[in-house]
Amino acid sequence: MGDLPTPEFSDTPVTVAPPLAEAKVAIVTTAGLRPAGEIELWQPTDASFTVLPADARDLQLSHFSPNFDRSGFAADINVVYPVDRLQAMADAGEIGSVADRNLSFMGAQFDATFTTILLDTGPAAAQVLLDQGVDVVLLTPI
Amino acid sequence: MGVLSRVLEAAGLATVGLSLVRRQAENTKAPRFLNVEFPLGRPLGRPDDVAFQTDVLRRALALLERTDVPVLVDHPEVIEDETGVVASCALPPRHDPNLHPAVDEAQGLRAAYNRQLEASGGRTAVGRVAGPDGIGGLILKFAAIADGASLDDVDLDASGVRAAGQDVRAYYEEAGLALSDHVPAARQIETWFYTQTRTGPIIRAASAALADAGVDRSTWYYMLPGTQA
Repeated sequence: MGDLPTPEFSDTPVTVAPPLAEAKVAIVTTAGLRPAGEIELWQPTDASFTVLPADARDLQLSHFSPNFDRSGFAADINVVYPVDRLQAMADAGEIGSVADRNLSFMGAQFDATFTTILLDTGPAAAQVLLDQGVDVVLLTPI
Repeated sequence: MGVLSRVLEAAGLATVGLSLVRRQAENTKAPRFLNVEFPLGRPLGRPDDVAFQTDVLRRALALLERTDVPVLVDHPEVIEDETGVVASCALPPRHDPNLHPAVDEAQGLRAAYNRQLEASGGRTAVGRVAGPDGIGGLILKFAAIADGASLDDVDLDASGVRAAGQDVRAYYEEAGLALSDHVPAARQIETWFYTQTRTGPIIRAASAALADAGVDRSTWYYMLPGTQA
């Protein structure tokens, strides 16, 4: 998968994070997670995202690729989507809080230019996070 | 994921990611990544290991102090797949002689699947094409393909047959988890499904039959993991 084509970038954007103990943290995963009951087929060319309420545990793993272990996620949601671990860190004061709504995209996108994510769904996802006061995003793959 | 992290960072969010494929983080010059040499599917490393997972998170979040981006740091531990080890999960005896043996097997695992679904609070990977009630029907479609039927004959298109293969696999893997006394290492239950059950080899045979029939590789190859090809 390291050979998958990606756009070329000459620089890297940077945002300064607030102190962790004051930061609201959201998870953005590329595992292709959906709320329960949304069983439509999520196609590899679909660069949209879903909103995952932080208290939802009945999530469906909808990623199209067969090429990863699925038993870990079946056993423990946190091995992919560490929402309980972040909440424990918030309870202990290590981070400020956990977002009420996390997001999921589907990774291993077929669009080598990533145009939709760069221009459309990526900025829309950022707005969903900014609207709830998120400071920090933890990205997790699968 | 590196591209996505760039978009979010540019929008005013400080980001840090876990990377399972180091070159992807390198290629996209993503702001901050902790590269983890863990199995695909387990970016936090070890299921049910709170201390280990929390340590991974602390290492990742610590990178937020860095503004000398791009930052790419390696986690010191390596966790390997164990595809070559077969998980120890019981299989049901033959019950209904009027059913296809693989469908009979799948029905015999239904209670275990239900237990796992309840234990997980409803979390599942089954349902992209059919829910648990439809697994038997999907198995019959794969058996027909293995015997020479076309995708049209079984009313599946290319994406449908790939997703159906993963629905059946997930049903078995989640049932197998309920039948194991521990969480097996990555891919052990996968190997159990494809080598020890009646159904796994049928999906493998269906994939081979489509290949022999000249169907496009992108269809039959992704019906099962590359580790089981």
